[in-house]
Amino acid sequence: MIVELGHFSLIIALGLSILLAVYPMWGAKVNSETLMATAKPLAFGMFLFTALSYAILTYAFVVNDFSLTYVASNSNSQLPVYYRVTAVWGGHEGSFLLWLLMSSIWTVAVAMFSRAIPKEMVSRVLSILGLISIGFYLYVLIASNPFERLLPFYPVDGRDLNPLLQDFGMIIHPPLLYMGYVGFSVAYAFAVAALISGQLDSTWARWSRPWTIAAWSFLTIGIALGSWWAYNELGWGGWWFWDPVENASFMPWLAGTALMHSLAVTEKRKLFKAWTVLLAITAFSLSLLGTFLVRSGVIVSVHSFASDPQRGLFILGLLVLVVGGSLLLFALRAPQLRSAGRYELVSREVMLVGNNILLSAATLVVLLGTLLPLIHKELGLGSISIGQPFFNQMFTYLIVPFVFLMGVGPLSRWKKQEPTALKNQLIAAFSLSILAAVLIGYAFDQLIYLAVLGVTLSVWILIFTVQEVRQRIGYTNNLAKLSELTRSHWGMVLGHVGFALVLMGITLTSNYSVQKDVRMSVNERVELAGYDFEFLGVHEANGPNYSASVGRLNVYRNGKLKSEISTEKRFYPVQRNVMTEAGIDAGLTRDLYVAIGEQFANGDWALRVYVKPFVRWIWAGAFLMAIGGMLSIADKRYRMAKRAKEASQPFGGKQIVGMSH
Amino acid sequence: MNPRRKQRMTVVGSIIFLVGGAVALMLYALNQNIDLFLVPSEVINGKDGVIPQTGQRLRVGGMVVPGSVKRDDDSLDVTFDLTDTGPIVSVSYQGILPDLFREGQGIIITGVLEGANKVRAEEVLAKHDEEYMPAEMAEKVKGIKHVKPSGAGY
Repeated sequence: MIVELGHFSLIIALGLSILLAVYPMWGAKVNSETLMATAKPLAFGMFLFTALSYAILTYAFVVNDFSLTYVASNSNSQLPVYYRVTAVWGGHEGSFLLWLLMSSIWTVAVAMFSRAIPKEMVSRVLSILGLISIGFYLYVLIASNPFERLLPFYPVDGRDLNPLLQDFGMIIHPPLLYMGYVGFSVAYAFAVAALISGQLDSTWARWSRPWTIAAWSFLTIGIALGSWWAYNELGWGGWWFWDPVENASFMPWLAGTALMHSLAVTEKRKLFKAWTVLLAITAFSLSLLGTFLVRSGVIVSVHSFASDPQRGLFILGLLVLVVGGSLLLFALRAPQLRSAGRYELVSREVMLVGNNILLSAATLVVLLGTLLPLIHKELGLGSISIGQPFFNQMFTYLIVPFVFLMGVGPLSRWKKQEPTALKNQLIAAFSLSILAAVLIGYAFDQLIYLAVLGVTLSVWILIFTVQEVRQRIGYTNNLAKLSELTRSHWGMVLGHVGFALVLMGITLTSNYSVQKDVRMSVNERVELAGYDFEFLGVHEANGPNYSASVGRLNVYRNGKLKSEISTEKRFYPVQRNVMTEAGIDAGLTRDLYVAIGEQFANGDWALRVYVKPFVRWIWAGAFLMAIGGMLSIADKRYRMAKRAKEASQPFGGKQIVGMSH
Repeated sequence: MNPRRKQRMTVVGSIIFLVGGAVALMLYALNQNIDLFLVPSEVINGKDGVIPQTGQRLRVGGMVVPGSVKRDDDSLDVTFDLTDTGPIVSVSYQGILPDLFREGQGIIITGVLEGANKVRAEEVLAKHDEEYMPAEMAEKVKGIKHVKPSGAGY
C-alpha cells in the first residue's frame, strides 16, 4: 500500500512539473504577477512529492519488500541496513529516481535563492527546469518504474546489491555526481531563459554563475570520489581508466570548467555572449549524453551496471529535444548576441579564449575517443577499442598550453597586457619550476621526461598563483591586505592550487609508481621501492553477507615495522561473486597498496603489491578545487546583486579590481 | 592587399594551420592506439581476408577452453586457450588473473600476436557478473546485439 503511495506521489510530481512548465512561462509572457507567483509553490510541491516518493522507495528497501522487482534485484535481507539505504541508487530505476530528486532540489534551490533576480527571469528559469523534469518523470514512470511489483509470485529473498557497490565511496559518489550532472540544467535553464526573453545583456551571466560553479563543484567531488572508489574497489591500483563511464562524467566537467571561465568574461566584460550561451547548452547536453551512454548499453564498459537499449532510446529522444530545441532558439537569437568591447591580442580576454579553446578541444578528444568505437561498429567496420595511450597522449599535448595560460592569465590585465611587463616573471617562474621538477626527479632517483614536464607545469601554476595574490596586495609584505581580497578571488586561488596538486599527484603517481605481481609463501618477503612486504598468511573470516580470505602483511622500512596491511578476497554467495578488497596504507607522500590474487596448488598466494607516490594528492587537489568553488559562491556580491542593480550599477572600477577569474 | 585584410589573412591562416596540425596529431595518435577486436577464428583465418601479422596489437575475445589453464609451478606465468567456434588461440600471461576468470567463461585479452596462434597478453578482462559475456563477444558468437541485464530476468 505504502509503495503504491510512492508511485502515486511520483505521478503527482509529474503533474506539478507540467504545471510548472506552463504557468510561470505563460505568466512571464503576459506579464501576470499571479501566474508567475505560482512558480515557487509548484517547485516546492514537485520537490515534496518527489522526496516522498524517494523516501518510500528507501522504506521498501529498509523493510526488505521483495515484492518490488527493483528491491528484489538490488537488495537482500543479509545486506546491512546502510547499504540497503544506498542500494536505492544501486540500479537503473532508483538512480533515475535519485536524479529526479536532485533535479527537484535544484529547482527548489533556484526558487528559494533567487530573490535578487527579476520575477520574469526566475519564472522562465523555473519553467524550463519544469519542462526538463517532465521528460524525466515520464521516463521513470513509463520506461523505468522502480515501483513495479512482482505479484503474486514474489521471491523470498533478493538478488543482493552488486558487491562492487558495497563500499563507502559508492554511498556518496552517485548522489554527488548526479548533483553535478543535474546542476548544469540550471545553467542551461538560465541560458535558455535569457534566449527566450531576448534579454541578452550580461546580467544572466551573473545570475547563472553561482549555480554553474555549484554544479561544477559537486561534479568535481563526484568524479574524485568515483576515482577514489575505483582505486579502492577494483583492485588494480588504478584511479582512472578512460573508461566510457568515466568519460561520460568527465565531458560535462570539461565543458563546465570552460563555461565557468567564459561566464566570468561575459559578466565582467560583456564579451563572448554567444559562446557562453552555447557552452551552457553544451554542458547540460553532455550530462544527458553521459546518462545516455551509461544507461543505454551502447558501449562496452568495465562498469556499466545497468543498461537497456529501449531506455537508451528514450534518453536519446530527450537529448535530441534538449539539444535541438535550444540550438534552434540559439540560431534564432544569435544575431542579437553581439558583443561590444575591444581587446588586444595579448590580454586576459584572449587568454581566457585560449582556456576555452583548449577545454573544448579536450572535450572533443574525450567525445571522439568514447564515441568512435561506437560509430565504427554501427557503420559495420568492425569492433575496435581506443586505448588509454590515445587519451594520455592528447591530454599531454593539451595541458602544456593550458597550464601556461593558467599561470599567466590571472596575472594579466583585461583589454591589454604589455608582454614585456611579464618578461621577468615568466623567466623567473620558468627557471624555478624546471629546477623544482629536476630536484623532485632526483629525490626519486630517476629523471623521467614526462615527470619533469608535469612537475614543471604544476609548480608553474603554484608560482603564478602566489605572484597573482602578491600583485593584488601591491607586492607589499602587509599581510593584513590579504583580507581585502574577495571570497570569489580566494575561490579562484584555491581552484588553481587544487588543480596544481591534482597535476602533481597524477604526474608522480603515473611515473614513479612501482608494482610487482608476486607469488608468496607464508613468511616470505618481497622488497619494493625500499619497503619490505612480509606475507603473514591467510585466514578465513565472515562478513554480514560474505565470506572472506584475509591476507595479512607487515611492511618494514629499513628494518622498522611501518604498517600492517590486510587485504581480502570476498565471496558473496547470493550473487556468487568474488571480489578483491585491496589493503591500503594511505600516506601523504605514498600509498602502500596490496591486492590478493588466487591461491596456488602448493598453498602459495598471488599478490599484487604497489607503492604509489603522491596518489592522495589527486583527490586532495580535487577537493580543494571544489572548496574553492564553494568559497566563490559565498562571495558577497552575488547577494548584493539586486541592491547594486537598483542603485543603477554604481560599481565601475571597484568591481573590476575585486573580481576574480 | 590592404593592411587590414592582410592581418586578417594571417589570423585565418594561422588558425587553419593550428587546427590542421591539431587534427593531424590527433589522427596520428588515434592510429597508434586503435586496437582491433577479433575472435579466435578471425585470428587464425583472418577477418575480411586479412590475417593479422605477427607483432600486431589486438584484442581477442573468447571462451577459456576448460582444462587448458596451466600455471607455472613457481612463478605467476599462466597459459590458457581461447576459442569461439573451433580454432584455438593459445594465450600466455604473466600476472594475476581477474577475480572472475574461470574456465568456460568469456573474457577479453589485450596483447600482441607472437605467432600464428599465439598471443602474449598484457591485460586480461573478465566482467564482474557471472552471466556476463562481453558485448562484442555476444554479438559475434551468438549473433545477438545486446545482452539484457541479468536482473531483468525473473
